[in-house]
Amino acid sequence: MRVALLAGAATALLAVSLGATGASAQSRDTIQIAGSSTVLPFASIVAEEFGAAFPEFNTPVVGSGGSGGGLRQFCEGVGEGTIDIANASRPIKQGEIEACNAAGVNDIREVQFGYDGIVFAVNIDQGDFALEPEHVFRAIAAQVPVDGDLVDNPYTSWNEIDASLPDQKIALAIPASNHGTREVFEERVTGPGCEALAVADAPEGYCNNFRQDVVIEIAGDYTETLARLQSDPATLGVFGLSFYDQNRDTLKVATISGVEPSLETIASGDYPVSRPLFFYVKGEHIEVVPGLEEYVQFFLSEQMAGAGGLLEEAGLIPAPAEETDAVLEAFLAGETVSAE
Amino acid sequence: MTDSFTVSSSGAERRRARIRAGLGRRHLFERIFRGLGVLAILIALALVGSLFWMVISKGYPAFTQANLETEVYFDPDIIKVDPPPQQQPGQSAADFRAQRLAWQRQVTMSNWNRVVEQAVRAAVPPGLEITAREATALVDAGERHRLRDIFVENPGLLGERLPFTMLASADVDNWLKGTIDRDLPDERQQLSPATRALADQLLESGAIQFKFAWHIFTNVDSRSAPASAGLAGGLVGSLYMMLVVVLLAVPIGVASAIYLEEFAPKNRLTDLIEVNINNLAAVPSIVFGLFGAAVFIKYIGLPLSAPIVGGLVLTLMTLPTIIIATRSSLRAVPPSLRQAALGLGASRTQMVFHHVLPVTLPGILTATIIGVAQALGETAPLLLIGMNAFVAAVPGTPFDQSTALPAQIYLWQGNENRNFFEARTSAAIMVLLTLMITMNAIAVLLRQRLERLK
Repeated sequence: MRVALLAGAATALLAVSLGATGASAQSRDTIQIAGSSTVLPFASIVAEEFGAAFPEFNTPVVGSGGSGGGLRQFCEGVGEGTIDIANASRPIKQGEIEACNAAGVNDIREVQFGYDGIVFAVNIDQGDFALEPEHVFRAIAAQVPVDGDLVDNPYTSWNEIDASLPDQKIALAIPASNHGTREVFEERVTGPGCEALAVADAPEGYCNNFRQDVVIEIAGDYTETLARLQSDPATLGVFGLSFYDQNRDTLKVATISGVEPSLETIASGDYPVSRPLFFYVKGEHIEVVPGLEEYVQFFLSEQMAGAGGLLEEAGLIPAPAEETDAVLEAFLAGETVSAE
Repeated sequence: MTDSFTVSSSGAERRRARIRAGLGRRHLFERIFRGLGVLAILIALALVGSLFWMVISKGYPAFTQANLETEVYFDPDIIKVDPPPQQQPGQSAADFRAQRLAWQRQVTMSNWNRVVEQAVRAAVPPGLEITAREATALVDAGERHRLRDIFVENPGLLGERLPFTMLASADVDNWLKGTIDRDLPDERQQLSPATRALADQLLESGAIQFKFAWHIFTNVDSRSAPASAGLAGGLVGSLYMMLVVVLLAVPIGVASAIYLEEFAPKNRLTDLIEVNINNLAAVPSIVFGLFGAAVFIKYIGLPLSAPIVGGLVLTLMTLPTIIIATRSSLRAVPPSLRQAALGLGASRTQMVFHHVLPVTLPGILTATIIGVAQALGETAPLLLIGMNAFVAAVPGTPFDQSTALPAQIYLWQGNENRNFFEARTSAAIMVLLTLMITMNAIAVLLRQRLERLK
């Protein structure tokens, strides 16, 4: 009897796992996307509209996880359990391409579809900030030059850095390194700020060495940054323009180098902190997962990513039409990103 | 004799005096302890109460939403489509399907935004000038898809007028409910002054009405049309997961508990198993999520974001709960019952299935329901197997991509339209809590009912 019971349990388990593998053998027919939380709202809108416009395809599934997380999943390999598209708010890195190639993903197609601005914002009841990259660097760096010598960052209040800034405790909520936004932040804000200070024979990594006591790294979404601002009102947060735009009633935006971020100033290039947005398509999955090519075409179409399209309404800065056409052409021609 | 009596009586007196002296202190201690007990309960109640108050006060406004009553005109000048294809005799089904798809595409490509705009204009009081963009901003972006779907279903509507209730957009809902500060200057508002004025006028004239938002339960999540976002995907996804949990965890859990308690010899090995089952019960749920991602998705190759994987992971989590609870209810069965059955010549299996198991049924049922309720609210492992993805469809099978109720709460909490989704998030929490409370209530009722039957 014991044997019978055990055998029964074993068969039940076996049946379940067999049934499971059996079902997974049939091919997936829903596009699976993951990655950047900046791209997520745009990709979700396209996914929904795609499902509505193409009744023959399923609505794609869009996950988050940050640019780094998405590309890591993307590079896990080819097949059912891996995603088809990775959203990224920065270009793919060499290391990631190598990881992809090592896992058998060789046909990586890059699609760039528009721009997003990165803004600094505080709670609505806080002071006005007119920031320069140098101010941000002085606030955030672990070591700053004072009278030519590098010393541990002495600043505790913004007006100590520059008299034009408000008398407010220094606290910053910046995206953690899993976000592509962090890279742009370092490249476009603290990097130039660091260079503007021009320290001779500075130690290695000095520009990206931030002090931990005033900096909070946010690994989650912008809502987490917003919550941080609400719990400590003195905090200056880093957001995407589209997020700020939807929460203008509670946030006050800072100008950078005298330019206020807006669709116009970012599109014209006057506002310095903007970056192109990307997604990466796994070429090996085209033709296997239905609708992949159509999704890319639909994403880049006039009504979505184009000027006056749905994504612009949601806060995307559209790329010029010629640029988008070139991207689509390269995608359809099968141009891939490869390791150098 | 008398001497000794006085000695002992005085000893007793002294003892009594000592007791009497200590009595006040003992009573005081008792009162303090009781007081602390009441205080502890009050604190717990206050915490639960404030949680519920917070969730309900934030969430209940989300259950009503602004609706615009108007008239839709399926204008042939805007909807320029051919008549829908009819299946010709001799035409293959595949050909017909392709033809029908092409027709649907044609319908989709019509300017439905303009149909929506016209419908809004039909409700605009005379003398108010608004632009097309300001008019469409009044209603939810999903309405154009809804109109299109109605037309696809019934192409005879071309050129007809139809009374139609449209969902107001999330921004209009915020404005009318005052979720966004109404005193803020124009540049901080989401809507243009004209749309805001129009919304106010329409509310006053009764064209905009607040109605119970049934679509929270029937619609799937949406980002392009936030006002119409609903929980249907999460509800069905969670249902599938619970189904998998019940189908797997209950038979496996009960069978292992019966074997370990009634049949297994007591030796080192079974002791080791017992210790490990208890260990398993203490493993944090996120570890099960990691396990699920590594084994079920990567190794076995089950789909990402699918309720089947969620269900398997939650099964692992629920198993120890069910095994432990079943074993303890088996242990509570008096040995006399077993001895009587065996004494009358029943085999051990007969004894277990005919006599012991029926008595423990209430315990097993309660454990199952509580285990499943716990699994229903579990979020952490789901995040690791991709169930926090944005899915705008109701899953047809447990193998389809889907989200789950707690993951949906997590997603809405992160939506960038904070003014609208803060209430939505609380509303979703209310739905989840209601489900859990219902399940726990059923567990209590069942146990009482079954125990009375015994």
